[in-house]
Amino acid sequence: MAPEAPQRERAIAFTLNGESVRCRAPARTHLGDLLRHEFGLTGVHLGCEHGVCGACTVLVDGRAMRACLMLAVQADGATVETVEGLTESGRIRDLQDAFHARNALQCGYCTPGMLVTAVELLSEAVAPSREEIRDAISGNYCRCTGYHAIVDAISTTAEARRSKEAAE
Amino acid sequence: MKAPDFAYARPASLDEALALLAAHGEDAVPLAGGQSLVTTLNLRLSAPSVLVDLNAVPGLSGVTQEGDVVRIGAMTRHRDVGVAEIVRARLPLLAAAMPHIAHPAIRNRGTIGGSMALADPATEWPACCLALAATIVLRGPREERRVAAEDFFQGLYATALAPGEIVVAVEVPVPAPDAVWGFDELARRRGDYALAGLAATARRRGPGLTAVRLAFFGLADRPVLARRAAAALEAGDLKGAQVALADELDPPEDPGTRPETRLHLARVILGRVAGRMLEGGRHGA
Repeated sequence: MAPEAPQRERAIAFTLNGESVRCRAPARTHLGDLLRHEFGLTGVHLGCEHGVCGACTVLVDGRAMRACLMLAVQADGATVETVEGLTESGRIRDLQDAFHARNALQCGYCTPGMLVTAVELLSEAVAPSREEIRDAISGNYCRCTGYHAIVDAISTTAEARRSKEAAE
Repeated sequence: MKAPDFAYARPASLDEALALLAAHGEDAVPLAGGQSLVTTLNLRLSAPSVLVDLNAVPGLSGVTQEGDVVRIGAMTRHRDVGVAEIVRARLPLLAAAMPHIAHPAIRNRGTIGGSMALADPATEWPACCLALAATIVLRGPREERRVAAEDFFQGLYATALAPGEIVVAVEVPVPAPDAVWGFDELARRRGDYALAGLAATARRRGPGLTAVRLAFFGLADRPVLARRAAAALEAGDLKGAQVALADELDPPEDPGTRPETRLHLARVILGRVAGRMLEGGRHGA
């Protein structure tokens, strides 16, 4: 069978923040632009668009990925979660409260990517050390806070979740 | 920036992928994890007219052991290589190197095969493959062939891959029971490209080491197996090994770091790694 000819645009279907969605996507469009322009999810922040700053980090099939380094057409069949979906589900309420309480954001541009990165870290490590937190967020640039407050927020969230778990 | 216009195909089999690459010749580029390729597209440093996405090709990912060889599928993500049970048990050098590759989000998507094909001289997997005497398995339109890591890396972003060929797996011999290893890397920031890195393997012999393989990265236009330094280390002469590096490495000149500095850093990590291997350790940084 001859292989399917390469296309400049494809119809794709995927799960976005818990809902099944369909659209057409130009091959050259990266996932970050698709999420922002087609679905209005402007919590996906675009900073550098070459994988360095981490502001566009989203969950794809449960794992943190750079939306600027995935083609939109590659989302076909995947499950994508953005900060909007994580917020609406209430899943990161404690983390967001901790960011607020600790002043872990000033301009907020890096925050969605930081939160998504922290979601993955906290799903894997119950008691991450400050070093481990720093390592996990090393691919997310923040130009305001100096990172200490972000490490604080993630660390206190982990601690609070442990206490909550122990109490239950 | 935004990527230039291109066409995209997502073949569902290896044969289809190879047929597409053959049909479109030099205009077509295989897309693995895309963590470097999509970057170069967005920066318009590359402008292929066709991208052949390997992500839907079955059978290209996963880690298996057959006899004395561990086979790592080319599309296995960096993270999945490092956390695989077989890798942790048999190839702890790879498990130790994995966290040094970029950042979590990049490790979740980038692949070992893509890293081989790109052959960035400052990256971890190529040097690990040299240290472990791995074989790179390539498939072209007509045949599969195997190339030793030592012959695979041929220069700056240059490999033994022929047009139309793709990396399908990396095969690593299981180290002997008396094998030791070491890994260290110095970078300006966590996850940044290595200023100097070393992946090493050896076997214990009495109080010393034999069969030493020292694979340096970030210190030339390709990963380098430092043979004279390894011979000196086998003779118990660490100082001699450090001196020998001056002739074996060719550190790049860049605005932030002088070649002399990189050479110095190479000597520092050789000292650390050699010390750990001599302690009988199997330590990563």
